[in-house]
Order: sequence, then C-alpha cells, then structure tokens
Amino acid sequence: MKEPPIPTEAHRAIEAIWRIESARLIAGLARLVGDIGTAEELAQDALVAALEQWPASGVPERPGAWLMATAKHRAIDLVRRRKTFERKYEELGRDLERDDPGEDMDPAIDDEFGDDLLGLIFMACHPVLSKDARVALTLRVLGGLTTEEIARGFLVPASSIAQRIVRAKRTLAEAHVRFEVPFGPERVSRLASVLEVIYLIFNEGYAATAGEDWVRPALCEEAIRLGRILAELVPTEPEVHGLVALMEIHASRLSARVGPSGEPILLLDQDRAQWDRLLIHRGLAALERAERLGGAMGPYALQGAIAACHARAATAGETDWPRMVGLYDAVAQLAPSPVVELNRAVAVGMAFGPAAGLELVDALVPEPALKAYHLLPAVRGDLLRKLGRFEEARLEFERAASLTQNLRERELLQRRAAECAAERMAG
Amino acid sequence: MRVLVLAKEGERSVAATPPTQEAMAEYQKFNEELVKAGVVVAAGRLTSSAEGKRVQFDGKKRTVIDGPFAEAKELVAGYWLWQVRSMDEAIEWLKRAPYDGGTFEVRQVSMHEGA
Repeated sequence: MKEPPIPTEAHRAIEAIWRIESARLIAGLARLVGDIGTAEELAQDALVAALEQWPASGVPERPGAWLMATAKHRAIDLVRRRKTFERKYEELGRDLERDDPGEDMDPAIDDEFGDDLLGLIFMACHPVLSKDARVALTLRVLGGLTTEEIARGFLVPASSIAQRIVRAKRTLAEAHVRFEVPFGPERVSRLASVLEVIYLIFNEGYAATAGEDWVRPALCEEAIRLGRILAELVPTEPEVHGLVALMEIHASRLSARVGPSGEPILLLDQDRAQWDRLLIHRGLAALERAERLGGAMGPYALQGAIAACHARAATAGETDWPRMVGLYDAVAQLAPSPVVELNRAVAVGMAFGPAAGLELVDALVPEPALKAYHLLPAVRGDLLRKLGRFEEARLEFERAASLTQNLRERELLQRRAAECAAERMAG
Repeated sequence: MRVLVLAKEGERSVAATPPTQEAMAEYQKFNEELVKAGVVVAAGRLTSSAEGKRVQFDGKKRTVIDGPFAEAKELVAGYWLWQVRSMDEAIEWLKRAPYDGGTFEVRQVSMHEGA
C-alpha cells in the first residue's frame, strides 16, 4: 500500500480486503491493459480511493467489485489520456457494458477470475526475468505484500526490492510479454518457471540463507498459499501437486526444527510428535494426486516422495533408507547435481553404513560446485564421527561452521565440533 | 497464522428442515472460493449434539454425559481451519459467508508456525 496503514477499524478492514482482492484485481486489469505495471498502478489508485472514501461511507457490500469498477473507470481515463490504445479502449468499453458496476458483478468476475490469475502468475514468473525479479514481482502482485514486507523477508533494503520490481515491469514491457495462459510445450517450461519461483520463496523461509533467524515462517506460508492456489487453477498438472506435497510436508516440521532458543534441530533429531499431522496428511494427499496423474517421476514429486518417506516413519530409526536411496537415484538421473549426490550419500550412509556413505562423499570433495557448500563438510563430519574418527570429524564441523552464512546453523555446527573433541577425549 | 472458525448455528438435528438447495449452492460457492484462495486447511460439519458425548474431569474421576446438550446457542455445528495472514483477513472472509443466522466465532490457533 502506498500510505502507511492507519490502524482504525476501517483501515484495517481495507488492508485485509486488499490482501484478499489485490491479486485478482491486478490480474483482471492486466488482461485489460496488457501490462503489469499499469495494472498495478490502477489497482493502487482504486485502493487510494477506498482509503479516502470507505472510512466515511463504510465498506461496500461487495468491496472487490467496487475496487474493480473504480479501477476500470480509471483505466478508461488513462487510455483516453494516452489516446493511443484505440483497440484497448473499445475492449474496455465492451467490458464495462458487460460488468455494469451497479449490478451484481460476481458472475462475470468468477468466470474470468481463474484464467486472469493464471495469466498474471505466468507473467510475473516469466523466464525473461531474473530469479530475484520473478520472486519480488510475484510476492508483490500475487501475494499482495508491500515492498517493505518483501524486503524484510529477504533481508535487503526496501529500495532494492522497489528497484527490482520497477526493473522487472520495465523488462516485461520491453520484451512485449503478452498477458496469456500458455498451452502445449511452452506451458510446460513456463510452468516450471512458476514452480521454481514458489519453491525459492518457500526455501528462503524454510532455511534462511543468511541472517539471525533459522526460519522465516511468513515466507513459507506465502509460498504454500501460492502453491495451493496454483493447484486449484491447474489441477491436472502433476508437478504442481508434487511441489505442494513437498512444501506441506516440509512445513509440517517447522515448529519441530527450531529449538527453544532458536537453534536448528536436524531432521533425525526432531521430536516427531511435534510434526503437524494435518499438513503431513495434506502433503501425502497431494503426492498421491501427483502420482495418480502420472507424475511420480517429476522432480518435485520425487522430492515430495523423499519428504513423505520421512513423514511416514514414526521414529527416525524406522526410516526406509533403502527406498530413500532409490528415490535419490531417480532424482540424480533426472537432474544430476553434486547437491543431490551429497543427499544420496547421506541416504546410502544410513542404509548401508557410514563407510559406504563416506566413500561417496569423498568422491564429491574435489567438486568445484561444492567448494563453499557448508553441508559437504557437515555431512562428511557426521560420517567420520560415526566411524569413530573424531578428530577428522571435528575439523570438518569447524570447516562447515566457517562456511555457513546463517548464525544459528554456525552455532549448531560449532557445538558438533565441540562434541567430537569431547568424544575424542573420552574415547 | 491459522484460525479456527466455529459455526455456532444452534441445534440443527438431522430431522430439522434441511437447508434449501439454493442455500446449499450458495454455501458451496463460498467454500469453493475459500479453497481457491488457498484459505481452507480443513473443514467439517458436526452431527446433532444428541449423538455427542461429554467427558467431565474432576480429580481422578471421569463422568461421561450423553447429549443432547442444553445450551443451544453455544453448540458448534461445524468448523473451518483457515490459513490467513491476519485476524482482519479472517473477518473479511467470514463476512462474505452466505448465512442469515447464527454466530460464528473466530479464534487464533496459538503457537503454530506452519501453514
């Protein structure tokens, strides 16, 4: 919102309504005017009008329809002023006739709402934009988050986020990105870009790459909400359900993976009674949906299946590690990467003993992509410790601690190193 | 944050007048909108309190009380678990529900960091 919210009842109501309505408002307007920048400006204008009028007049019965009608009238003024978009003007005129704001507008909105929203998602996540730009624009126009809220989520100055968004809008306009819902092979690649953005948002909240907090739940919540919305918009796309499954199951552990003083608790050490059964249930159902749609081998569905494998085990000791190795094999075939190999090595270490795991991890040590990756020495340290090689393990944990950017994680790794030193003394 | 929405619609036994088809359609439309917006995490309707039980605790003693229960206005007939960003958002959604009677209580689920 442009203005800082004044905490009167009406203003708080307007803020909540904005959260509910802004995405579909911007989506509907973007379809009409063709670009996100103008659509968002028009939506903001309507919001300002609401802030001016509603505190005195009261919130209208259909606030969404009011905002849309107001924004459309402004769109007409704008187009008149610009006098260039003759065709758009005609379209707008037709549209306004159909959606007489005095009448019940809901049926018309409902019919187009889904497609509009999908079009907006595809536009905000367009591959022509950098990842950072896609993330910021998505949170802004689809999440209804303010620039300040996004900045807080990513620990960057608000001015950087504002700049990112401005540049993203300009890039979209310059590349003449059309407001559309792609079909066929293009849809597959465009959808992959959308899923990537949602997962990036989730991950930044789930394992903050920097800063003092280990998790930032607000970002996780936003990502899951976007995933759930997308799953309703494109219910036949298995990978969407795969991603939702992955996020729901990971989120089920949110409160279990942080200790009383904010320190991270690793998966196998977590109190599973604290896992949120409802989210696990939802995640498993989403995974089943992905598999029923023939998407069991999709990259997100596979990661969802790995998460589900943990979720199904009542205790860490009951984890089906051989199955986990098989799932990582499949991921490695689909999208080979050193990080996947590292995860696979962990599973192998659990399934077939630490020596087998260590052999795989040692092979990864020269990998340039993992040179500064703190989890490589962390995993290596863990396997060495299990083999009773405490001094080597301690050095690995120290190394891992020096590589992580996250304060909480560093403390945990330093604690592990200290434990190894103590075990060495005792042994 | 998660909120629990309790529908205190009073006693609605199965024998009472069932909701009209129109009312059901209205409700379904509203519920669908909530689901599409990613708000609904769980939902359910409860059967009549005549089929319900209460267990009272008094020290070591447990007393089971059979329904129906008398305080009709306080009886919960259904519930939603919603994922929203604020209590205000929950209230804005709830105001849109197509009901013409009853009281709906919105309570925040505490200590929950998930979604």
